[in-house]
Amino acid sequence: MLVVGIRLEACQPDSLGQVFPQDSIRLDFKSLTSGVEAKMSSKMPSSNNIAQARRTVQQLRIEASIERIKVSKASADLMHYCGEHAKYDPLLMGIPASENPFKDKKPCTIL
Amino acid sequence: MGEMDTLKKEADGLKAQIEAARKAVNDTTMAAVASGVAAAPRVQLKNRKTLKGHLAKIYGLHWSADNRHMVSASQDGKLLIWDTYTGNKVYAIPLKSSWVMSCSMAPSGNLVASGGLDNMCTVVNIKAASPKTLRELDAHEGYLSHSRFLSDTELLTASGDTTCCLWDLETGKQKVIYKSHVGDCMCLAVSPDQNTFISGACDSTAKLWDIRDGGCKQTFIGHTSDINAIAFYPSGTAVITGSDDCTLKMYDLRADQEVNGYQDAALNAGVTSVSLSSSGRLIFAGYDNFNCNIWDSLKAEKVGVLSGHDNRVSCIGVPDDGLGVCTGSWDSFLKIWN
Repeated sequence: MLVVGIRLEACQPDSLGQVFPQDSIRLDFKSLTSGVEAKMSSKMPSSNNIAQARRTVQQLRIEASIERIKVSKASADLMHYCGEHAKYDPLLMGIPASENPFKDKKPCTIL
Repeated sequence: MGEMDTLKKEADGLKAQIEAARKAVNDTTMAAVASGVAAAPRVQLKNRKTLKGHLAKIYGLHWSADNRHMVSASQDGKLLIWDTYTGNKVYAIPLKSSWVMSCSMAPSGNLVASGGLDNMCTVVNIKAASPKTLRELDAHEGYLSHSRFLSDTELLTASGDTTCCLWDLETGKQKVIYKSHVGDCMCLAVSPDQNTFISGACDSTAKLWDIRDGGCKQTFIGHTSDINAIAFYPSGTAVITGSDDCTLKMYDLRADQEVNGYQDAALNAGVTSVSLSSSGRLIFAGYDNFNCNIWDSLKAEKVGVLSGHDNRVSCIGVPDDGLGVCTGSWDSFLKIWN
C-alpha cells in the first residue's frame, strides 16, 4: 500500500513566470508498508505469515554460515588500498590548472 | 509449539548466532587502526562550473563512463545530457511522467534510463537519429527509486515495492527479482567486478546480492532510519551508506559488519546522497541542509565542505577518472567541483 504524505510549500514562479506544480508539493513518497507488515505479523498466523517466517529463517541460515575475517585485517586492507591509490586520486592530490578539464580557460592576449 | 513459534525461536537463535560471530571478529576499530595514518589534507574544492538549464528540482545525476558527459533528471519533466567540459547541453529528453526520481547512463553511453512515481523504468537510445524510447520496463508495483546499467542489455532497478530487479533489455522482461527487504528500496550500487550489488532500504538495512542467482548473501544493520544512498568502496570490499538518521556508515563485506561511522553531533540533517573519490579516501555526502560534507573515510573526520546550493543536495557523483565531483540540488543547478 502506497501512502504518500503531501506537504504544500510556497510556490514561486521562476524568471519566466512559469510555475511547476510539482515544485510546490514536497512529496514524502516513502510508503508506510513496513508499518503495515509489522501489524500483520501480530495477528493469528495465516499460511502467508508462516511462508514469510520460513523464508526469514532460510535467509538467516545463509547469513549465519558465512566466513568472517577480523576487523583488524579488514581495516588494514582498506588502509592499504587507500595508501596505494592515493597518489592517483586527483581530488586528494590536487589538479594542476593545465590538466583541469573543468577549469574555465581564460584567453591570453599577446601584446 | 506451533510452527510459527518454532520458526520464531529459530530466527531469534540465528540472529543471536550472527551477532556473536560478528563480535568474535571485532578485535579493534578502524579508528584505532587508522590512527597512525597521516591525516588527509584539508580539502578545498572550488566550484568550477554551474550547469544551468533545469527548471525544477533535480533528483538524480549520473556520469558517463567517458568522464565527460553526464545525465541529470528533474521534475521539470526532462532528462538533460551535458558535456561537462563546455557546460553545454547535448540532448534534452522529455519524459512522459515528470515525477522522476532517478536516472542513469549505460557504460557505452548509448542508453539512458529514468523512472519514478510512474513505477516504470524508461530506457532511451540517445545515439539514434533522434532520442528514441527503447523500452518501458513495467512490472514493479511501487515507485522506481534507482537504476544502474550493467551493459546495453541488462539493467538493475530498485523500487518502493521493496524489491530490486534485473531486466533483460532485449526482451523488456524481468530476469531476476531480488526479494528480502521489508521496506522501500531506495538505492543500489554495483560492485566493481559486477558479480554482486548492494541495496539500501527504508527498513534501515543494506543487503548484498548475487546478481546472477538472486540470493541475498549478507545483511548489514546498524542504521536507525531509511538508507537513502549507498556506494561501493573502489576496492569492492566495503560499502558506504548514508541515512535519514544523519549518519554514514562503512560496512566491510569480509568482516560482515560496520567498521566505521561518520557523524557529528552538530549535524541533524539526513544524508541524501554519497559518492567516493577514486582512492576511496574521501567520502562526499549530500545532506538535507543544503551542504555536502567531505569525510576522511579512514579517520572518520570531516575534512571539507562544499557549500553553494540554495536547497537540498539530492545527488552526487564522481566520474571514473576521479577528476571532479558533481552535486545536483533541489535548487535546479548542478555544480562541478575540484
